[in-house]
Amino acid sequence: MNEIRDVTALKDTKKVKISAQNVQVYYGDNHAIRDVNVDIDDKTVTAFIGPSGCGKSTFLRCLNRMNDTIDICRVTGTILMDGRDIYAPDVDPVLLRARVGMVFQKPNPFPKSIFDNVAYGPRIHGLAANKAELEHIVEKSLKRAALWDEVKDRLSASGTGLSGGQQQRLCIARAIATSPEVLLMDEPASALDPIATAQIEELIDELRSKFSVVIVTHSMQQAARVSQKTAFFHLGSLVEYGETGQIFTNPQDPRTESYITGRIG
Amino acid sequence: MPTEPSLTPPQGFFETDAAMARLRRRKRAEWRLKAYGIAAIALAALALLALLGSVVGKATGALTESYITLPVVLDAQKLDPSGERDPKTLLRADFAGLTKKTLKAYFPYVKGRKDKRALYDLVSGGASFELARKVAQNPELLGKTIDFRFLASDTTDLYLKGAFGSLQPEETRGLLTADVKGKTVVLHSSANDFLPALEQVKQGLLKKARLLRRQAERQDNGVREYERRAAVDANEEDRAGNAAQIATRSKARDTLLAQARDLEERAVAPDGAEELDDKTPSLLIKAANGWIKLVKVESNRAEGIVLAPLTGRLENSGAWQLLITELPESARKVSDRQIVWIEQLRDQGAIHSVFNSRFFTASDSREPELAGIWGAAVGSFWTMLVTFALAFPVGVFGAIYLEEFAPKNRFTRFVEVNINNLAAVPSIVFGLLGLALFLGVFGVPRSAPLAGGIVLALMTLPTIIIAARAAICAVPPSIREAALGVGASRLQTSFHHVLPLAMPGILTGTIIGMAQALGETAPLIMIGMVAFIVDVPHGITDSATVLPVQVFRWSDFPERAFEARTAAAILVLLGFLVLMNGVAIILRKRFERRW
Repeated sequence: MNEIRDVTALKDTKKVKISAQNVQVYYGDNHAIRDVNVDIDDKTVTAFIGPSGCGKSTFLRCLNRMNDTIDICRVTGTILMDGRDIYAPDVDPVLLRARVGMVFQKPNPFPKSIFDNVAYGPRIHGLAANKAELEHIVEKSLKRAALWDEVKDRLSASGTGLSGGQQQRLCIARAIATSPEVLLMDEPASALDPIATAQIEELIDELRSKFSVVIVTHSMQQAARVSQKTAFFHLGSLVEYGETGQIFTNPQDPRTESYITGRIG
Repeated sequence: MPTEPSLTPPQGFFETDAAMARLRRRKRAEWRLKAYGIAAIALAALALLALLGSVVGKATGALTESYITLPVVLDAQKLDPSGERDPKTLLRADFAGLTKKTLKAYFPYVKGRKDKRALYDLVSGGASFELARKVAQNPELLGKTIDFRFLASDTTDLYLKGAFGSLQPEETRGLLTADVKGKTVVLHSSANDFLPALEQVKQGLLKKARLLRRQAERQDNGVREYERRAAVDANEEDRAGNAAQIATRSKARDTLLAQARDLEERAVAPDGAEELDDKTPSLLIKAANGWIKLVKVESNRAEGIVLAPLTGRLENSGAWQLLITELPESARKVSDRQIVWIEQLRDQGAIHSVFNSRFFTASDSREPELAGIWGAAVGSFWTMLVTFALAFPVGVFGAIYLEEFAPKNRFTRFVEVNINNLAAVPSIVFGLLGLALFLGVFGVPRSAPLAGGIVLALMTLPTIIIAARAAICAVPPSIREAALGVGASRLQTSFHHVLPLAMPGILTGTIIGMAQALGETAPLIMIGMVAFIVDVPHGITDSATVLPVQVFRWSDFPERAFEARTAAAILVLLGFLVLMNGVAIILRKRFERRW
């Protein structure tokens, strides 16, 4: 008995953070996601790859219930986070989103000051008891997003005045300011130049120590560089899911192989 | 088998004559379009200039007001018999009588009820109240003789501004001899000085004769028409009727023709005397500090009546003036006598013209010289306040609900379509609604800014909702996603992010809607805001009128002096509208954001 318990304890260091079972997504009559079953590990970068329109972004948005804002969208199946169904009636999507942060494809800072951008989440959730605490959270988040040194002298400047890469890091800082457990990133570097992309990728690797990161990307190189696990989506189905190295070097499914070698997509 | 057409044009295709012709045609079409555009803009600018020019030109008359300064004897015994110097009693004293007495004292030669009344009409009915107020505020003036500025009446003011034409001096060369017999006077000039005036009068006679001949022609046409009918009518009764018509019409024609002939004969007679009446231009002679009005002229002799007595005898004198008013006395509100009095006052330096500040500080009045727009401006302010307080929150919250919260179903689409339709409903319909519902059912006070404001709010609401929805819609969805992504609720997203970003657009739409409401007349007429309100309203339940309604009312008044005031009020209204639109533009430029 003891031995078995030990094994469980060992496995817990790589425990499953989000477990999706039999997830279906419909946009009106359109069946966008079919039978997706995936376990996302904690403190791991998981990459979703696949051709355009394969449903990887849609599935990502199921994980923090962003799809709820679309009237015609309907999700069935079970998505468990730490063993609790996030689609259960008693779960408030607003609170869920504070625990599951999201970074979007296009940098979208609020047209407010840099400080207010980062402080917004903690403010509305009441995470800071006073101004000093709030300042501490902002500084910590900006530091973790590797932006602090660039903006510490102009925190009251507008967030929209930053460069594209800086804006995206500001958005990451904003997302991690509420101390989420999971960070969802929807093609975070697709609107950026290679240097800014490299900075973001470096950042993602560092964020892995604190959060479970799920990233949707079009760039297979990026997936290979930053992720430990990769899921390949095609036509709304999860085709293959496994260790990144294995997916890229030894794909099990012919469709995965075709995509990786550039024959479809 | 047909060959497949080639997709590449042949070598040199774009250099052929046909291609060149196509190019020229295209360029001509572009040039034509540009010319049409420029012509359209030029036309619009011209129309605007014409409108502004006409309004400004008319409004200048309201910019100044005239005063007549006369010495007033403030008899302490009469005005304040008790000697208490109480302002309230002083205000009630007979200052109207004092004003009349002052005028009579200044023009001692004016006799007779009719003439006296004409004399009193030189000053405004409101002048005695001003005198009373001045004395009540400064009781120490009692017992003294002061120079008081009496506000001139509207006719005096109009005459001074040249609204009835001006006195044109005729050139005179001869020496004048006057033979005064009581009221009448016979004048002799050594040269034929009355001839040009006589010619002018004769020209007038010819003109009148032509008019009579035209009228006679019309009667003649009628006669011929009845003769034609008489020829075809079988019925005895009809024939009798026709004969009667022919008889009356021929008689009228003959009378008119006879009159015309008579006038023409008088006009061509070489030096026949000509009678002057109130239908002919007035001829006035100014000599020896007196004024004479001519009633009969020949080339070198004239008969007249004395309007203002001469101070000395006139014997072969060169110091005289012949003045003509083009407009006959019957066609103007100011009589020849009044002109003489005004001219005498002017010669003695008693008449002053100052900037008409009263127009901007006074309320409405039936007397044009006392009327101002302040009451209407304040009424507009209260009305706009009510309109804004109702339409802005309701409009903004309606727009937020429809854009951010409402499910997109058939019902909300129906609501949206009907809000858009509401913007096209004629404003008077809202007035009817206000009359039936707010005044009739809810008992909102009639003529009050509250009622007007509610009605205008209803009218403005669709404009604000449409503008607000457009502004909210223009906020990029990425901002909403960002807010939702960090865990903001829909309410927080709307109020923390969407609304502040949409606010410049919402405010612009609101101001434009408010400007529209500010210029609205029709619905307010329905709820009784056309009433004649002399007091400045002190709240939203006082009776009031608004600027455009004031313009509408004044434009309807018969007094000619209101014409200038109407134009001036329009300018004030336009000023407010330009101001509001300017604020809208500044807001838009100031808070324009890029993201």
